[in-house]
Amino acid sequence: MTDWMNGTDLWTLAVIVAMAAVTVVTRCFFLISNADWQLPLWAQRGLQYAPIAALSAVVIPEVVMQQGELISTLQDARLYAAVVGAAVYFWRRDVLQTIVLGMAVYLPLHLGWGW
Amino acid sequence: MFFLPSLYRHPEFAKGARELAPQALGIAAWGLMTGVAMVKSGMSVFECVVMTLLVFAGSSQLAAIPLIIAGAPAWVILATGFCVNLRFVVFSLHLRPYLIHLPLWRRLGHGYMTADVSYVLFIKRFALPGTSPQDRLAQEAYLAGNDGLNWFSWVTFSLIGITLANGIPPAWGLGFAGILCLLGILCSLASSRMRVLSGLVAGAAAVAAYALPLKLNIVVAIAAAVILCLTVERVRGVK
Repeated sequence: MTDWMNGTDLWTLAVIVAMAAVTVVTRCFFLISNADWQLPLWAQRGLQYAPIAALSAVVIPEVVMQQGELISTLQDARLYAAVVGAAVYFWRRDVLQTIVLGMAVYLPLHLGWGW
Repeated sequence: MFFLPSLYRHPEFAKGARELAPQALGIAAWGLMTGVAMVKSGMSVFECVVMTLLVFAGSSQLAAIPLIIAGAPAWVILATGFCVNLRFVVFSLHLRPYLIHLPLWRRLGHGYMTADVSYVLFIKRFALPGTSPQDRLAQEAYLAGNDGLNWFSWVTFSLIGITLANGIPPAWGLGFAGILCLLGILCSLASSRMRVLSGLVAGAAAVAAYALPLKLNIVVAIAAAVILCLTVERVRGVK
């Protein structure tokens, strides 16, 4: 087995292929059938709230938790990087600048101070 | 869909690509970082390449990474990806009148290729669906040019990121750039008070329910936030 295949397992590959199917189904949801039909109203309303909920459910624990525990210190580079990143987004409306300036806060604190 | 001569020979194709160009830098940076984040998660290079070429959805890829590391079951990873991608369901509803006259495989091709930036640019350029065959072809060509450059910059820079990532020590914590990227997208979705409420409830619920096995805290958090927001809507009549 060559190096770039190292650690490849069928389960992960199957998950990746299924994720690709999720991309197709979501991006083409209303393009698949050309018959006239509608989502129930509650589902249409729910669509407004699910994406931000899903992202928040993934992102927030990655910022405020460490090894399954809520962090109890303020000496954590992730907190400051996330606050600065969010502030930059609302100021400049640009995801790229959010990443760049957030990392500009994160890396010195993380590598320099070991936070 | 950039490979169809009837589309790439159309002048609107070049226009679509040109209007995406200023955004391409941001897309390239996001792709680069997703490539790095995938490798840093411990996936094999082959898995990262397959994910880049097939999944073609940065936010769902980045959201899946911590779950794959944690050994979450497939259905939780897929349900999370589905929820992160639900915004595309809204886009597809909006794009329907523009594309529904096409044969199925072309509808699916355009749908698959149209991500956030292309959707926004397309809707800005064409406020209404075309009424004549010429208008429709022009719109399709614009979309194909726009999508094509978007796909090219995303895939190219993801692959460069995968290549570079092997040379970067994990201790640098560059994977955190992936979280910052999701944070930026999260902020971009915070366009109404009810959506902010949804995000806050989901974040708090995901932390509170963290001890649940199989990363079920994510599913619980999404369900709690959506149900709460729908209930608040019903009680207060908020739009």
